Amino acid sequence: MFGRLTSLQNSLVEDFWRLHQELDEMLGDGLSSSGAIRSSPRGSFPAINVIQTPAEVQVFVFAPGVDPKKLDVSIQQGLLTISGERQIPVQEQASYYRQERFGGEFRRAISLADEVDPERVDATYRDGILRVRLQRREAARPRQIEIR
Amino acid sequence: MSTHVNEVTQRQSDGGVAQARGRTAETAMRAPADVYEDQEGLTLVADMPGVSRERLDVRVDGDKLLLEGSVQFELPEQAEAVYADVRSTLYRRSFVLSRELDSAQIKATLKDGVLTVRIPKRAELRPRKIQVKGS
Repeated sequence: MFGRLTSLQNSLVEDFWRLHQELDEMLGDGLSSSGAIRSSPRGSFPAINVIQTPAEVQVFVFAPGVDPKKLDVSIQQGLLTISGERQIPVQEQASYYRQERFGGEFRRAISLADEVDPERVDATYRDGILRVRLQRREAARPRQIEIR
Repeated sequence: MSTHVNEVTQRQSDGGVAQARGRTAETAMRAPADVYEDQEGLTLVADMPGVSRERLDVRVDGDKLLLEGSVQFELPEQAEAVYADVRSTLYRRSFVLSRELDSAQIKATLKDGVLTVRIPKRAELRPRKIQVKGS
C-alpha cells in the first residue's frame, strides 16, 4: 500500500514540477507573482498546494507550529481564505545566529470559482499541515457523455 | 530509523534512474531554521510541515548534524495537481557542529511539523564566570 502511495506521490511531485515549469514559461514567475490579484509572492508563509479529483478539491496549507485554534478558514463566493497567526517565542536570554522561520499574522486566498459546495467543507490539522477538503458541485464534475 | 535511511537512499537512487530516463528527480527542500545559543547550549528549530516522527531522521555523522524528513500526503486516487508551492516531499538540512558541543547528548522533539534540536555544550567546556576579586 505504501508502494502505491509513494509512487502516486512521486508522480504527483513530477506533475507539480512539470506544471511549475510550464507556468514559468507561460507567466515568467508562475502563478505566485503574476495572475490572480490575491496571489502571494513565492516563498510566502504558508506554502499551499492544491489538488483535485473528479469529486473534490483539496487544499494543503503548510503551516507548522500553528495553534489550530488560531487558524481561520472561510469560504465566500468561491474564494477560500486561510488566515491565522504563528507565534514564535523569542528567547530573551539567548543570542540568535539565524532567524529564518516566519512569525506573525498571515493570510492566503485561493479562488475556486463556483466549483465547490461551500456547505461541504472539512478541515483537519496534522503534523503541521492543514488540509481543507471541498466537494465539487455536481455540475462542475467532469461527465462522460454517452453517445447514442 | 535505519529503515527510514534506507528508504531515503532508495528514493535517491530511484531519482537517479528517473533522471537518466529524462524525468525530473526529486530535490530536497531546505527547511527554514532558527538557531540560538544560551549558556548551556544551542537550540535549533526547523520547520518540516507534514513530517511525522516515523519519517524523521536526526543524526550525527562525525562533526555533521543531519536533519532529514519526508512528507507523507494522503492523496486520493485520481488526484491531479492544480497548484503547488511545495514541489518536493523531502526536507534536508545539515550543520557542522563545533568541538565544545556534546553530540552524544543531543535531544530532538517534533511537534506539529516543527523540529526542535537541543545541543548541549560539554559540561567541562561551558563558560565560567570568573570572579574578579578586589584588592
